[in-house]
Amino acid sequence: MSSLILRTRRSFSTHWYAWAMVLPVVVVLGVLIGYPLGRGIYLSFTDANEANMGRTIGDFSVPSTYTFVGLENYWNILSGREGSFYPRLTWTILWTVSCVVLHYGIGLGLAMLLNRRMRGRSLYRVLLVLPWAVPAFVAAFAWKLMYNTDNGVLNALLGKVGVAPVDWLGDPFIQKLSVIAVNTWLGVPFMMVAILGGLQSIPRELHEAAEMDGATPWQRFVHITLPGLRPVSSTIVLLGTIWTFNMFPIIYLVIGQAGGTESEILVTYAYRLAFQGVRDYAGSAAYGIVILSLLLVFSVFYRGMLNRQEAAK
Amino acid sequence: MRKGMTAAAIAGVLALTATACGGDGGGSGDSSGRKAAEDPKSVSGSITWWDTSNEAEGPTYDKLVAAFQKEYPKIKVNRTSVSFDQAEQKFKTAAQSGKGAPDVIRTDVGWSAGFANLGYLQPLDGTPALDNAADFLPGPMSTAKWKGETVGVPQVTDTLALLYNKEIFAKAGIAKPPATWDEFIATAKTVKAKTGVTGTQLNPEGYFSLPFLYGEGADMLDVDGKKITVNSAGAVKGMETALKLAQSDVALKPASTDGYVAAQTSFKDGKIAMVINGPWSVSDDYSGKAFQNKDNLGIATIPAGPSGTAAAPIGGHNYSVYRGSKNKDASYLFVKFMASAQSQELTAKEINTLPTRKSAYTPAVTADPAKKAFQQALSVAKSRPVIPGVGDLFVAFDQHYVKVLRGDASPKEGLDALAKEWNSKLLKDYSIG
Repeated sequence: MSSLILRTRRSFSTHWYAWAMVLPVVVVLGVLIGYPLGRGIYLSFTDANEANMGRTIGDFSVPSTYTFVGLENYWNILSGREGSFYPRLTWTILWTVSCVVLHYGIGLGLAMLLNRRMRGRSLYRVLLVLPWAVPAFVAAFAWKLMYNTDNGVLNALLGKVGVAPVDWLGDPFIQKLSVIAVNTWLGVPFMMVAILGGLQSIPRELHEAAEMDGATPWQRFVHITLPGLRPVSSTIVLLGTIWTFNMFPIIYLVIGQAGGTESEILVTYAYRLAFQGVRDYAGSAAYGIVILSLLLVFSVFYRGMLNRQEAAK
Repeated sequence: MRKGMTAAAIAGVLALTATACGGDGGGSGDSSGRKAAEDPKSVSGSITWWDTSNEAEGPTYDKLVAAFQKEYPKIKVNRTSVSFDQAEQKFKTAAQSGKGAPDVIRTDVGWSAGFANLGYLQPLDGTPALDNAADFLPGPMSTAKWKGETVGVPQVTDTLALLYNKEIFAKAGIAKPPATWDEFIATAKTVKAKTGVTGTQLNPEGYFSLPFLYGEGADMLDVDGKKITVNSAGAVKGMETALKLAQSDVALKPASTDGYVAAQTSFKDGKIAMVINGPWSVSDDYSGKAFQNKDNLGIATIPAGPSGTAAAPIGGHNYSVYRGSKNKDASYLFVKFMASAQSQELTAKEINTLPTRKSAYTPAVTADPAKKAFQQALSVAKSRPVIPGVGDLFVAFDQHYVKVLRGDASPKEGLDALAKEWNSKLLKDYSIG
């Protein structure tokens, strides 16, 4: 203990300048992330809601009457007593996996295509990056219009070839496919650009040498391209997973309130708890912490897996 | 430790709210409004009014605001248009923190109880805002009460009625609008057979299913008996009627997203012959190509169930004053002005709203067939349960109603699930009966 203090003090005296440099960042992060997080964790152990939170409004004031309830909120969620957690979780995982697989798969395919020398390559690149430049909510509304059952462009096209109109956003199953399609459209460009960067960092000599040794294109892809992409892939898949897991706007704006609760993912459900009826601060905070923990566990596990793979090499 | 934390939290919350709240310095409610009552011309300052009316209605309210400012040159009113479906949550957020809350808000009658329950609304009894209270219609006035206090001043009232396209009816040889749901379905069939126009399109929102339930003598809740009655035998029967209609080939399939807009657009464009909607939609109808000639719009009382009862829910809006408002005097004067018979008459004439004051039903207002029809419809309208968070009941209601109409759940299954959901989340102290 005393040695630690000594060490800290010594590091202060030698590196005081560095400490001073990072201080603003630490303060800003503390205010913007640390405080809300701490408050959220604290609330999740209480039974706080809109009605028992103290407030003073004009000549009307009530003291806070919420109490500490320990792990009750978590028990409610994880024991399934509250009824919506496991169905939501299953769909959230399904949604995340299918979106990330599609993002990565299509992104990789397009990146491979764009990595070749061809005419108009930069134009294609610009066009394919376009969805990334569109804000998520704009995309959500645009797709919502296209999916419209009566007047949407998709059903109009289907009508032209004599197919009956599809209820894109009404049928619980098709609804899910619809949102996955929107999110795929939105998420592919980022993956594509990242993978393209990764592809260009793979030394060309490797491919040439393999070709000399008579490797087929497929062998080259599997043994040179994919391993070469590993550092990029591992990072973007992790990022993509976290982003998709918490992809609030697409689900919320495209399906809206019509879908019932089956198509809601965990974050949109937590939002509803926080902003519906007598706002359940504690319940939604507990949900938030559960979501955070799930992602933390996943990230740690995922990094560990990658490290083991690296070590096995 | 725990105590310390709670105390710290309370102190924090108090500090946050205290800085944001001016009000009248925690004075009693009586002191506010004295100036407005005794010397209204001396009141000055600016106030914000959150108006949730739709685009077709906006200009008329602007006109009223201008007239008010002319009468009280020292007061400035900022009319902020807030979208109806976001206003409830927006107001709750602002009211709780005291930051950015309006002085006056147009509250849907379904929100009043919830807001008042949380202490966000200023009781208006004895203030200048509530002027000649006996003049208000009893139905709308009852929606503005909470625990014996008046927390709003009725602005407009509305109910649902059957709107139909006279031209299409004439082509199909239909003499008078249907009076029961069975006739409604028969009429839709006749229209389709004779003219090729689809009969109707249902709006898949829970609120719009209420006439089917009321027609069977059923209701959502029995508030006095603390019972959830939404899955009673009568309600299931009513829901079956709605389903029969939705699944028939004479109705356009209810749109799963934005069902309201879809039905309204179909009706405006003359793609369907009948729709169930309220007086707020009339101005919008007149803008559609099917109703360029206003006389083509027919309005009739909501169809009745087999029991012979016809009833639709009472809707509408009240003016409420935020309890933390820094300028209550001006707010009271503004509400008084806006809810006066004269103002109500103007909005009735210009945008077809239904006044909440008996004295506003002047001959000039009742001469209009649309308003006369809705006034008759009001005579059979029913109040929704006045409990906090009645609006949230409808969120779950909408979801289950859509499922029933799509055929994903039978009426009985859907309503049972709905009753269970209400019971587990919103109405824990009710029994399902």
